[in-house]
Amino acid sequence: MRFAVAEDAAALRDAAEALLAARATPALIRSAWPGEADPGEGGKDGLGGVPAVWRGLAEIGVTGTLVAEADGGLGLDENALPPVLSRIGHSGLPVPAGETIAVAVPLLAAAGHPALPDVLSGAALVTAQLATPAAAELLIPFGQTADYVLLRADDGELRVYERGELEAAPVPAVDGSRWLARLLAKPAGGVPVAAPADAAAGWERGVLAAAAILVGLAERMLSMTVDYVTVRRQFGVPVGSFQAVKHRLADAYLAVEFARPAVLAAGWAQASAAADAAEQTSVAKVLASDAATTVARAAIQCHGAIGYTTEYDLHLFAKRAWALAPSWGSANWHRRRLAGSLCLTKDVCLTKDGSEPDG
Amino acid sequence: MDLTESPAEQAFRAEARAWLEANVPRPALPSGDTRDGFAAHLDWERALFEARWSVVSWPERYGGRDASLWEWLIFEEEYYRAGAPQRVTQNGIFLLAPSLFEFGTPEQQDRILPRMAAGEELWAQGWSEPAAGSDLAGITSRAERDEAAGGWRLYGQKTWTTRGAFCTHLFGLFRTDPAAERHRGLTYFLADLRSPGVEVRGFERLDGDEGFADVYFDGAFVPERDVLGEVNRGWSVAMATTGSERGLTLRSPSRFVTAANRLVELARSGTLDPAGPDSAGLGSVGLGSAGLDSAGLDSAGLDHAGLDAAGLDSGLRDRVVQSWIEARAYHLFTLEQVTGIVAGDSPGARSSLNKLYWSELDVRLHETAMELLGADAEADGPWSRGFEFSLAGPIYAGTNEIQRNIVAERLLGLPRA
Repeated sequence: MRFAVAEDAAALRDAAEALLAARATPALIRSAWPGEADPGEGGKDGLGGVPAVWRGLAEIGVTGTLVAEADGGLGLDENALPPVLSRIGHSGLPVPAGETIAVAVPLLAAAGHPALPDVLSGAALVTAQLATPAAAELLIPFGQTADYVLLRADDGELRVYERGELEAAPVPAVDGSRWLARLLAKPAGGVPVAAPADAAAGWERGVLAAAAILVGLAERMLSMTVDYVTVRRQFGVPVGSFQAVKHRLADAYLAVEFARPAVLAAGWAQASAAADAAEQTSVAKVLASDAATTVARAAIQCHGAIGYTTEYDLHLFAKRAWALAPSWGSANWHRRRLAGSLCLTKDVCLTKDGSEPDG
Repeated sequence: MDLTESPAEQAFRAEARAWLEANVPRPALPSGDTRDGFAAHLDWERALFEARWSVVSWPERYGGRDASLWEWLIFEEEYYRAGAPQRVTQNGIFLLAPSLFEFGTPEQQDRILPRMAAGEELWAQGWSEPAAGSDLAGITSRAERDEAAGGWRLYGQKTWTTRGAFCTHLFGLFRTDPAAERHRGLTYFLADLRSPGVEVRGFERLDGDEGFADVYFDGAFVPERDVLGEVNRGWSVAMATTGSERGLTLRSPSRFVTAANRLVELARSGTLDPAGPDSAGLGSVGLGSAGLDSAGLDSAGLDHAGLDAAGLDSGLRDRVVQSWIEARAYHLFTLEQVTGIVAGDSPGARSSLNKLYWSELDVRLHETAMELLGADAEADGPWSRGFEFSLAGPIYAGTNEIQRNIVAERLLGLPRA
C-alpha cells in the first residue's frame, strides 16, 4: 500500500505548476474575458495571452498526459490526472483542460483522428460536452473558441465536430472566460471517435478532471483568503485573529483536505480499472464540488466587501468553481448515482456478483 | 499510488477474519460502560490477548505481532466488520501506550505494557478537572515531593473520567511547580487507583451508563518510577497522548465505514416509514418518486443508477449516501496519512483534522439513522445508543471549537487572538 503521487506524475505536476506560476497571472486570465478579449470569428486567437500559455503547457507534455509515448504523449495513466489538473485549476487559466487532457485527446488518439497533432501541440483547441445527447439548447463551454467540439450522439457514440459545422450562438456566462455557446439545432455530420463503452470511460475521466480542477480552485481561494485576513485589520487587529473567521476557514480547509485524497484515489481506481471506479469517481466529485462551493462562499464572506468586487481577483476563481461544481454531474447527481449503486433505489439492484444485496 | 494489498497483508487479513468469525461473542455483550458489561468485556480482552490480537502493532515481547501500520488498519477493518466488542482497554492501549513507547523508560515499558496488553491493569485518563476542561493547562490538581518515601503525593480532583470506576490505574497531569508559567510546571504521572488516598465515585453519562467517574486524590503516593517523561515537562507528553486520541489510533476509519454500511442497510430494509403516521389523510409527506429532478443530466448510457426512491424520501436518501461518502473520505484521508507516517512524518496538528471530521460525520450519520427509524427511534437500541454516544465525540479529546482554533492557527497560520 502506498498512497502518494508517483514520481512521474509529480514531475509533470511540478513542471506545470512552475510554468503557470510564472505566466498564468490574474492579468492574463482577465485578458481572456469579454471586454478584453474578442474571439469573434478567430476563436481562440482572440483570447489575449492565454493560448500561448496553453501551448507552453503542451510543450512540457500536459496535453498528451494519457497518450502513448510512441504517439507523442507522456504515456501516463489516470493517476497523473489529479495532480496536474489541480494545478491548472489553482492557476485559474481559462482553458478546457479536463475536456482536452482527460476526455478528447485519448479518444482522438485511439481513433487516429487527424486533429490529434494540432491538439497535442496546443495549436488547436478542443472542448467536450457529454452530459446529454447533443441537441438544440445544449450549452457548450468554450463553444465560441474551440476549434473542435466533442459531443454525444443519441446512441451514446461520441462524435467530433469542427466549430463551423455546428449551429450555435454565443451565450453570456457568469465566468466570462468560458465563452459559452448554445446549440441551436441537433448537429449533423461530425466524425465518430468513440463507441458507447469508450464514451462512458471518457465521461468518468471528465468527472475526475473536473473534481481535480475544483480542488485546485478551492486551494487557491483558501490561500488568498488566509493571506487577506492576516493583513486586513479591523478593531486594531487582523480580522483573521477573530474566532468566527478562524472557524469558518478551518471548516473550508477541512473540506479541501478530505476532498483531495478522494480525488487521488479515484484516479488510482480508474487507472487500475477497479470494480468500484465509478463509485470512487462519484465520491471524488461530490467532495470536490462541495469543497469548492464551500470555500468560495467562505472566501467571499471573509474578504468582506472587497470580495464582492471584480477589481479584486477572487471572483475569477469563484466563478470558475460555480461553473465546474455543477458540470460533469453536480454533487447531487453523483449522490444519486451512488444511491443507485448502494441499492437505495426502487430499481432491481444486484451486487457485483449478481446476487441480491444483504439486508 | 498503489492501494492493493500485498500477499502477506492478504494473509494477515484472512487470519484475522477467521479468528474473529470464530470468536466474537454472540449475542453482543452488554455495554462496557456498565459494571457487569465491563467484566464481560474483560473476558473478551483476555481472549484477544491469548490469541495475540489485543495489540497487533506492538513488539512480540509485549504480546503483539510487530504488525505494520497497514496491517493494524487491516485488523481494525476486520474487527469492526465482525461486529466485535468495544475495546474497554482502549485508553491504555491506544492513548497511553503510544506515549509510553515514545517517552517511557525501558523499565516502565517492560513493567507496564505487558499487563496493559493482557487486560490485567486497566487505564483511565486523568485530564479534566471541574474547572479545567478545554483549558487543560488550567488544572489545579497538584503533586508534592515526599523525599522520605522517594516519590510524590497527589492532591485534587479529576472528573468525567471514562470508566474510571472500573479501572485500576490512571494517567494524568498534576501541577508540580505552582510558580511556573501554566504550561510548564506540569508532570505526567502514572497512578495506581487502588492506593490509599484515592477515592473513585462513578456517575452516569448522558446515556445512563455509569461510564464516568470523579477521582479524588488526598495524598496518594506515586513512586518516582511512575513519572512519565521529565518532571515539570508533562505538557509535551500529554500533547502526544491527545494527538493519539484525536487521530488515527483511537478512531480508525473502519469504525465509521462499518457504521455507514449499517446505515445503508437500515435505509435499504424497506420497512421504514420515516414520516411516522400513515400519511393517508394527513397530506403528502414526500415519500415516493424522487426522480433526477434538478440535475438536468440525462444519464442514459453513462451510468447504471436507478433514479426512483425505494420508499425513501429523497432528501433522507441523500443524507444516507452523504454519510457513506464521508466515511469513505475519512478512510482515504487516513491512507494518505499512514503513508506519511510510514515515511517518517508526524501528523502533529493534522490530527485535529481527523478529530473534526470523524466526530462530526459520526453525529450526522446517527442523526440520519434516528430519522430513518422515525417513531422507533426513541426505543433503546444500538442506534439510539450510538446517537447518544456520538454527541460526546465533538467534546472529548478537546472540543471541536478548540480543534478549529488549532487548525486555523497551526495549519493555516492565522494570527492568535
